[in-house]
Amino acid sequence: MIEFISATKCIECNQCVTVCPTNVFERVDDGIPVIARQSDCQTCFMCELYCPVDAIYVAPSPDGLTGVTEEELTNQGLLGGYREKVGWGKGRTSVASHDFHYKLSARSIF
Amino acid sequence: MSQQNKKLTVDVLVLGGGPAGAWAAWSAASKGAKVVLADKGYVGTSGATAPGGTTLLVIPPIAELREQAVQSRLKAGGYLSENAWIHRVLDQVEVNLEQVEHWGYPFPKDEDGQSLRTHLHGPQYMQIMRKVVLKAGVKIWDQSPALELLHDEHGVGGARGINRLTGEKWEVKANAVVMATGGCAFLSKGLGCNVLTGEGLLMSAEVGADMSGMEFSRQYAPSFAEGSVTRGRMLAWATLYDAEGQPLLKGDRTFGGIPELMLKGPVYASMDLADTEEKREFLRRAHPIFFMPLERSGIDPFKEKFPLTLRYEGTMRGTGGLRLIDHDCSTTVAGLYAAGDAASREKVTGAISGGGAYNASWAMCSGSWAGEGAAQYAQSQPKQADGRNLVAAGHHGMPAGSASSAPLEVKPLVSAIQREILPLHINYFRSEPIISASLDRLNALKAYIDRQAPATVQGIVQSREAAAMLTVGRWMYTAALARKESRGLQKMVEYPELDPRQTYRLIVSGVDHIGISTESVPHAHELDVRKEGRAV
Ligand SMILES: Cc1cc2nc3c(=O)[nH]c(=O)nc-3n(C[C@H](O)[C@H](O)[C@H](O)COP(=O)(O)OP(=O)(O)OC[C@H]3O[C@@H](n4cnc5c(N)ncnc54)[C@H](O)[C@@H]3O)c2cc1C
Ligand code: SF4
Ligand code: SF4
Repeated sequence: MIEFISATKCIECNQCVTVCPTNVFERVDDGIPVIARQSDCQTCFMCELYCPVDAIYVAPSPDGLTGVTEEELTNQGLLGGYREKVGWGKGRTSVASHDFHYKLSARSIF
Repeated sequence: MSQQNKKLTVDVLVLGGGPAGAWAAWSAASKGAKVVLADKGYVGTSGATAPGGTTLLVIPPIAELREQAVQSRLKAGGYLSENAWIHRVLDQVEVNLEQVEHWGYPFPKDEDGQSLRTHLHGPQYMQIMRKVVLKAGVKIWDQSPALELLHDEHGVGGARGINRLTGEKWEVKANAVVMATGGCAFLSKGLGCNVLTGEGLLMSAEVGADMSGMEFSRQYAPSFAEGSVTRGRMLAWATLYDAEGQPLLKGDRTFGGIPELMLKGPVYASMDLADTEEKREFLRRAHPIFFMPLERSGIDPFKEKFPLTLRYEGTMRGTGGLRLIDHDCSTTVAGLYAAGDAASREKVTGAISGGGAYNASWAMCSGSWAGEGAAQYAQSQPKQADGRNLVAAGHHGMPAGSASSAPLEVKPLVSAIQREILPLHINYFRSEPIISASLDRLNALKAYIDRQAPATVQGIVQSREAAAMLTVGRWMYTAALARKESRGLQKMVEYPELDPRQTYRLIVSGVDHIGISTESVPHAHELDVRKEGRAV
């Protein structure tokens, strides 16, 4: 479930408001978006992918919050980690261009 | 409904912008049709494909190989699939994947430079689809759930909905509508699936469309209990354990074995079959979204055991949906077409799940066919849809259908529906007395749908979603009770074997009163009773 928007990182582009499939965010004039309907979050991580500055953290459990802080996550390298892993964003190589999946199906068991 | 704010007349209206809807919009526009594509969420992030990814049904065009695949599907699917349709899909998938590559999808290549077009990464695939759909001239309306269809005596003529961000109501008139709203997964929190609540099926039934295969809806997928990612295939590298740490099943054996184990107690998994660092690294990089929730929870899935849960997948990785009557994916209602998970996939999957390659392939193929069919139909109509006497057909969970002044409280209603649909002991381990008692309770919930929906944007949308989930649940259990045998995804304790005399499809129709009938299938006579009359 979406945990927080980093107030220090967010550039108020409202991209997360636009792309969230379950309408969790609410746009705010001259401010960072509000997480208005947290319990509607479907834990799909798409807002994290589309946030251009890695300001969003989605906790893995769809059922509740963890209470982690931005500082803890930054220290563990978990803020923005998903974009990096799938190669999403300018200058990165998309996971789509790797043959992992092809190999995965080819050797369904080692 | 009150004053509409945003109005437009086009040739084709596509509802739902997952792969099926995106392909439908693109192919209708490519035929010269004016198209609006309206999605509840955002075209590119919404639906079952976008956050994860899909493996496709790709079989080299060698007659023998293809015939083999078709025959094995026919048998596994309880003889309800149609060989000609599977061949069509195999041909069309190749065309579409080549197109996707042409649009810039970076398929990996083998040593000979041949593209390996077997898998699509969801975010990338759907980002490309959005781009090409826009480029083809389609108007995309994001955050714009459709709520009801427009119709007259000639059939369907558009839809009405609402914009969730602005609260603005919209109306699109169009001589053809493609329903591509996906399956119905009952808000069970599987990856990307909470937008799939069945309104497309409900609004189609309100104008008289039939559903088929609703009994094939016993599909659950394993996921880390504290995560949403449903990727059962990855458990091919896992051993399952009970609470005492005793190993239960391992590798491929885990598939399908989890519900029985979960009856006895909690089940844990560890990916300990990936026993070298090379294997572990390979898996991590192949499937970042599978590992991320575990990593974020501080679990090393290769060494530690993590708790599993099963998330219900409804008709999404089940099979049932709108009944198609022709090659162009038309339904029994003139002007109404269906594609992807909103349509019944029995023609290609038969009685079993289409997950794992068939559904994703079906979505892109049926989308292409429905878009083309809808464009042709719309362009052959004597007048534009705004010249028709269209009326809105929405009833259930909407102001037009409310018969009481009591307020409709959505959350408790949704919980009550989920209590009947999600539990394994009702829906997975199906038995006649349990399913019929549950169906009675669902029928009793109908009275709540007739109450006054809250007038907020959320209230309007969620009331309709609740009405749709309730209706889909009632169709599922009605069909389940009518199929007195076990075949594919449908299993009933009282009837553990396949009954060759029931080699037909079950059609349900209507919302208030559900009618049920059968439809014959072309390959029924090929079922070898001596060999396959035993349990499937
Ligand atoms: C984790 C996961 C992995 C999968 N892996 C595979 C695989 O490997 N191979 C395979 O074949 N299949 C797989 N599937 C299934 C596959 O993703 C689906 O079959 C496919 O996405 C169906 O496409 P669709 O366009 O019909 O529906 P979806 O992709 O679900 O899209 C439906 C769209 O309709 C919109 N919508 C819903 N209601 C409304 C409304 N009222 N108004 C407007 N829009 C609405 C939604 O917002 C959504 O965008 C997987 C599914 C999941 C969840
Ligand atoms: S994780 Fe998905 S559903 Fe949750 S806020 Fe982000 S985009 Fe929305
Ligand atoms: S997408 Fe990121 S930067 Fe943009 S508004 Fe949302 S949180 Fe802020």
